[in-house]
Amino acid sequence: MSQDLDALYQEIILDHYKNPHGKGLRDAFEAEVHHVNPTCGDEITLRVHVDGGTVADVSYDALGCSISQASASVLYDLVVGKPVDEAMVIQEEFLQLMQGKGTVEPDEEVLEDGIAFAGVAKFPARVKCALLSWMAWKDATARALKEED
Amino acid sequence: MTQLTGLLPELEIVRKDFPILERTFDGDLPLVYLDSANTSQKPQIVIDAMVDHLERHNANIARAMHHLGAEATEAFENGRDTTARFIGAPDRDEVIFTKNASEALNLVANTLAWARPSTGSGTDLSIGEGDEVVITELEHHSNIVPWQLLTERKGAKLRWFGLTDDGQLDLSNIDELINERTKVVSLAWVSNMLGTILPIAAIARRAHQVGAVVVVDASQAAPQLPIDLAAMPVEERPDFLAFTGHKTVGPTGIGVLWGRRELLEQLPPFLGGGEMIATVRMEASTYAGIPHKFEAGTPPIAEAVGLGAALEYLAHIGLDAIHAHEQAITGYALRGLQTVKGLKVLGPLDPALRGGAISFELDGVHPHDVAQVLDSRGIAVRAGHHCAKPAHARFGVQASTRMSSYLYTTPGEIDALIEGLEYTRSYFKLD
Ligand SMILES: Cc1ncc(COP(=O)(O)O)c(C=O)c1O
Repeated sequence: MSQDLDALYQEIILDHYKNPHGKGLRDAFEAEVHHVNPTCGDEITLRVHVDGGTVADVSYDALGCSISQASASVLYDLVVGKPVDEAMVIQEEFLQLMQGKGTVEPDEEVLEDGIAFAGVAKFPARVKCALLSWMAWKDATARALKEED
Repeated sequence: MTQLTGLLPELEIVRKDFPILERTFDGDLPLVYLDSANTSQKPQIVIDAMVDHLERHNANIARAMHHLGAEATEAFENGRDTTARFIGAPDRDEVIFTKNASEALNLVANTLAWARPSTGSGTDLSIGEGDEVVITELEHHSNIVPWQLLTERKGAKLRWFGLTDDGQLDLSNIDELINERTKVVSLAWVSNMLGTILPIAAIARRAHQVGAVVVVDASQAAPQLPIDLAAMPVEERPDFLAFTGHKTVGPTGIGVLWGRRELLEQLPPFLGGGEMIATVRMEASTYAGIPHKFEAGTPPIAEAVGLGAALEYLAHIGLDAIHAHEQAITGYALRGLQTVKGLKVLGPLDPALRGGAISFELDGVHPHDVAQVLDSRGIAVRAGHHCAKPAHARFGVQASTRMSSYLYTTPGEIDALIEGLEYTRSYFKLD
């Protein structure tokens, strides 16, 4: 079973966990959300700053396991600086990977470090951990866009 | 194997009673089950009793006028008798079967919410504005939320005992907290997170002085402490006691509420339906006597048979012996855990003051990750808030890892846990 363990805890995931990118709450934002995983209590407060149709910043403060922390860090890398539409496509791709029960082949072009989460999809109990920040981001972005118009 | 005093003398034989303990993963990795506070494993005798009931005696109870109906009714009511003996209930009709401990606690909170001010001589059970309900900060959510709902609905006030840094109840303000306005005091006997054993006798004594009703959540106590309600001095005896079948080596789907007859008779029904009535007319109904008044609909029949077999099994081994075993294993585990670098136990460190659930933090590794790595070695523990978020918040932690032992736990399994934790530290590259 330790092979499975290595598939879950890819080196990339542990690196992001130890040195998360973009962590901390920053001042410029249009929407802030707080999401929790009720079964385990993992929490994230996440802010989105959208500027002229581009994701200008995603800042967050999170408590949780390595998977949920690393996934927030990867989210930051993948969406900041991208047009909102494109970022939404990435979110959708990540969601499909996570919900694919290990059958979806991840596209490295789109998901970059996010492909490391392919192993997580085989652990149903951990899928929610990986998705916590992504769901929070989607929610916050929808709110930020409402603010804009 | 390590020799500890207090272990069950026939531990290896006891283990053979639990078929699931033979489980292996990936061919040869044995199961190390350290999640019994979550749910206990089931001995063969419980499984067999339920299968035998379903194979040979199944029928609905009370309402079937045939052989099988009589057998099923008898089997179900035998389950009640065994349960009554297990807790030393003064009267077997005071034992009500529910779905689980949560439903038992909700039954009390809801019927108290519906109780009318008494006109006669009985205790005034009605709750209104200005009244207070007292719980504690270490409760399971099942003994918090029903009381929040009750006090919100009735405009009453919810108050609670705080905790000391070593996980004990802070009793310094007991006389102020439990006062003339207090109508209900509801508390766990043993904490499912900190393991703490609460001084229920002293608290019941104080609560009864002010005329409050005492509810004890015995979900974690019933599996491991001898309970003899009839032997308790009346002033110290709870008025209600709840526990859940699946933690006492019984099946899921059945819980127990014991209540003092006078109060059960005074309280209004909980759920309406078949079996709980005396007579029904279109205009109004009258209700059955206890316990049936609180058991609407077809009850968990096979589960009551299973629970009866489970409690007989525990009584046969003896709750004193089980308690001694738990203390020996818990003491051994506490000593082992404290050798792991960066590990901090939440709750009392003296095994005499606690039950067999030990929650801890491992510096640098999140509880989910601890549980995941342990699981890869066949070791089952729980990670998260264990349905006790306020107790975690009190100690400034969001989640913890919890190991919990039971009568089938061996010192060798504790050794496996400690090794697993050392491995976890190295897996996450902590020095
Ligand atoms: C102290 C305590 N109270 C109540 C419960 C609730 O039990 P159940 O989920 O079976 O209703 C539990 C177990 O989860 C518990 O440990």
